[in-house]
Amino acid sequence: MLQGINLACVRGDRELFREINFSVEAGCLMQVSGPNGSGKTSLLRMLCGLSNPAAGEIRWRNTPIRELEGEYYADMTYIGHLSGTKDDLTVSENLRISSALTGVEISVSQATEALNFIGLGGRDHLPAKVLSQGQRRRVALARLLVCKTALWILDEPLVALDVTAVQMIKEILERHLQQGGVIVMTTHQEIDITASSKMQLHLA
Amino acid sequence: MFIWIIKRDLLLAVRRQSDVLVTLFFFIIVVSLFPLSVGPEMNLLRTMAPGVVWVAALLASMLSLGRMFSNDYLDGTLEQMLLSPQSLSILVLGKAFAHWLVSGVPLVLMAPVLGIQYDLPADALFVLTGALLLGTPVLSLIGAIGAALTLGLRGGGVLVSLLVLPLYIPVLIFGAGAVEANMAGIAFDAHLSLIGAFLLASLVFAPWAAASSLRVSLE
Repeated sequence: MLQGINLACVRGDRELFREINFSVEAGCLMQVSGPNGSGKTSLLRMLCGLSNPAAGEIRWRNTPIRELEGEYYADMTYIGHLSGTKDDLTVSENLRISSALTGVEISVSQATEALNFIGLGGRDHLPAKVLSQGQRRRVALARLLVCKTALWILDEPLVALDVTAVQMIKEILERHLQQGGVIVMTTHQEIDITASSKMQLHLA
Repeated sequence: MFIWIIKRDLLLAVRRQSDVLVTLFFFIIVVSLFPLSVGPEMNLLRTMAPGVVWVAALLASMLSLGRMFSNDYLDGTLEQMLLSPQSLSILVLGKAFAHWLVSGVPLVLMAPVLGIQYDLPADALFVLTGALLLGTPVLSLIGAIGAALTLGLRGGGVLVSLLVLPLYIPVLIFGAGAVEANMAGIAFDAHLSLIGAFLLASLVFAPWAAASSLRVSLE
């Protein structure tokens, strides 16, 4: 479903990587690994269309993502380093607004349900500024529960999460893969996700 | 989506009233300083009133421009907005509209009260308010381009003034001109029509230009 063809990334006058090729099918998990500064985040930002590759092409369902634009975005969820939570909004408002901005409008009860599942039950009326780093991360990841996209691009989703939360995210990811979704993620933590097919992309 | 972005920005403004009040009080204070410093020379005050009110409105709307995208940029919301299936121009239009509601409308409502300090006749106050009502959305729309271009730059606040203030000049000229024409007893509708034309042109071009600048700034 997701294909990268001869991708290259240049930052300033330094080439981070080139001739990266991969093809991810439905139900497949692709883990991008590599040392700090090897271009993992740059690759993910390319995959979600935030930046253009210096060379090569990214295809989603055999069409270049540049041509798909909005159609591609309706099929993709990206969760990056920054959690995108607003300090002045409540937890529930944060979730509802961030998913509305990505095209999925959810009701208050749906938001409460997702927050309960992710372990923030009873905190949905607190402003996000009183949350800890891990709890903010959970708010961002709660979007995965309400979105209906096929492709998930996750940049270090497990940072700042505790053991139970990591387990919870693992379950969510596995369920998505079973339903035929595609996940591209980076992580420095060991996580053993069972998937029908798994790929490792190592950037050096 | 358009509605959501406006709702969200207004909600944020309500939770952070200080930002809105700073802009409004800046406008009130700048406009009030002139009568205090010039003294009670009615003729002089009446002549300078339209210009002073307009310049103060331009500066006040500049004040809050920096915040238009920078908070969303810093916490990652802007990235998510760029990845929205909806067109980014619509989103920028929503943000500019919310910016106008928060920082433009209070100025328009305050202007007639401040105009009294300058001994403006009632119909001149009416024209001033009308011109501001048409002109302040242009300030927010053009400002959005400047704010998008300087996103993430150090010292962006100063740069945005240098970029945007020259573009405000036509609105300033015709905005102040409308009031002056009214006080001189000439027809002022040509001035207002021209501001309306600027408004329409910027409604079409500014969201598109700002959206392109945002994409460049975030790459």
